[in-house]
Amino acid sequence: MTEERAAVAVSDIRKSYGDLHAVDGVSFTVAEGEFFGILGPNGAGKTTTLEIIEGLRKPDSGDVRLLGENPWPRNSKLLPRIGVQLQASSFFEKLTAKEQLQTFGSLYGVSAATAASYLELVGLTDKANEQENKLSGGQRQRLSIACALVHDPDIVFLDEPTAALDPQARRNLWDVLREIQKRGKTIVYTTHYLDEAEILCDRVAIMDNGRILAMDPPAVLVRGLDAPTHVTLQKGALSLEDAEALPGVEETHENEVSLSISTRRPAEVLSTLAERGALDGLQVRTATLEDVFLNLTGREYRA
Amino acid sequence: MTAFRSLSGAMFKGFFRDRLALFFTFLFPLMFLVIFGLLFRDAGADKQKIAIVGDSPIVAAMEQSGVFELERFNDEPAALQKVKDGDIPAALVIRGQELDLRFASSDQVQAATVVGIVNGFVDKANVVATGQPPAFNLKTEKVEDSSLKPIQFLTPGILSWGVSVSAVFGAALTLVSWRKKQVLRRIRLAPVGAGTVLSSRLLVSIGVALLQGVLFVALASTPLFGLQLSGQWWLAIPLLVMGTLAFFSVGMLVGAFSKSEEAASGAANLVVLPMAFLSGSFFPVEAAPKWVQTVSNLLPLRHMNDGMLDVLVRGKGIEALALPSAVLIGFTLVVGFIASRVFRWED
Repeated sequence: MTEERAAVAVSDIRKSYGDLHAVDGVSFTVAEGEFFGILGPNGAGKTTTLEIIEGLRKPDSGDVRLLGENPWPRNSKLLPRIGVQLQASSFFEKLTAKEQLQTFGSLYGVSAATAASYLELVGLTDKANEQENKLSGGQRQRLSIACALVHDPDIVFLDEPTAALDPQARRNLWDVLREIQKRGKTIVYTTHYLDEAEILCDRVAIMDNGRILAMDPPAVLVRGLDAPTHVTLQKGALSLEDAEALPGVEETHENEVSLSISTRRPAEVLSTLAERGALDGLQVRTATLEDVFLNLTGREYRA
Repeated sequence: MTAFRSLSGAMFKGFFRDRLALFFTFLFPLMFLVIFGLLFRDAGADKQKIAIVGDSPIVAAMEQSGVFELERFNDEPAALQKVKDGDIPAALVIRGQELDLRFASSDQVQAATVVGIVNGFVDKANVVATGQPPAFNLKTEKVEDSSLKPIQFLTPGILSWGVSVSAVFGAALTLVSWRKKQVLRRIRLAPVGAGTVLSSRLLVSIGVALLQGVLFVALASTPLFGLQLSGQWWLAIPLLVMGTLAFFSVGMLVGAFSKSEEAASGAANLVVLPMAFLSGSFFPVEAAPKWVQTVSNLLPLRHMNDGMLDVLVRGKGIEALALPSAVLIGFTLVVGFIASRVFRWED
């Protein structure tokens, strides 16, 4: 990935508020078409980082290039090419979903009909004439994403789009995010849900206390942990003694309902189990980004 | 669709769907107009009451003049009881040529007025009775004075006040709510200038002010209130626009300092209500102490009131706009400049 082709290039940005180093030397690049996630607990500096990239804040030091341009001070050449959804749901008072889209669209010279067509992308066609304050949290979140996309930008910034949503609404939103990526957009988004980032992102940066602790595709981060895989079977599928005797098994544990096996050679264990026909109630749990966070910070992840 | 047109369209829609805003913009000031209008409808036209016992040509003359409202009694004690109760200021008891006037002493001014008027009728009757021509003749003729019927005074005042309320609150609340909900930041991320956003919001306020003008004048012109517009009433339109500009800038200043909508509406009330009283929107301030008049003359609403009064009901021409325009524009420039200095895009 060369510097010219990067959609976002951030090098060593810093921002302090008094004694608090909100962003403390962050660098990364995002390629065009990439789905990039910035993760971390609340107060990690994700939002400030995003705001600096969007051109809403001036970094104390460091350099930001967005499509090769400097976003600060307010760069009106860049504005039509970026779409931003802010943390709060920012809407005009008392307007319907369709009118919100058309009003935001008009700020970019987008026609009313084109603007209204974005309702379909986020699955709100039947809510077109509903006022924004009557929508559910998930619907409002999807509407605000549609408002960020209405002018067909190249890069989309989403700040915690899935925060405070119920599981079903979160899954609906994932579909929307995947659809946006399919359209060739570069997406930079923040979340404190590590499981979600693992599913959606091409690459993630884990932030804590204003610094990036690790940055890679989620699978690489997890693999790099060298953490054991947990294989769980229905109780009785295999005796405890047989399980301990399996090749590659490190630890076994049994309770009233299940038998669990820890191993760093899951392929070997699973194929042996399959040969014996002992796969009743099989569940395989590998390490997650939460384990990565735990490993990096030495503390349990708490969003 | 240009950004300006669609932004103002969006804000007009938002305004007309906001029942609370509609209430405070239109109904609330109209309530004041109705209440004050009805309260003061008969003010100044109150006739003196007098109790009459017996009959005489003098009573007939008094009745004809229309100065008194006569209440006839058959016996003296009943009439005197009314005076004692304070229901009627005086009783005139006629015993042939003897006229006995008994008055309540509690209100000396009123008593003197009644005694004076009755005396006048008696003197006149005496002169006629002598058969001589009167030595002095008093001729009376009415002059159109500058004191107005209450509705003529109230309509321009309450209209100006209503416009100031909606412009200050409109600007302050929009600014605070947009800053809090990050609509301002969102707009800043779009390729649209601050001037476009500001002017589209201003257009909404001006439109609302003109609508207020039409509604208030229409209601006041109904026979119930009886407002008479003067020939130059259309000069009120530029005044409404300039007034809106001045109070919009006040709203921007209030909004810049307020953290929440509640704080903004409290601060706006704190500015607008005392200003309305000091500017004579409800009651004339001519009779107020000197220092009140001085303060009053420094307020933009005072000059908007005066201008409105001049062009709506006093029939003055465009020259009456000179001072109000200068004050309102000057005020807009100064306050608008300060507001732009303290303006914040975000909390």
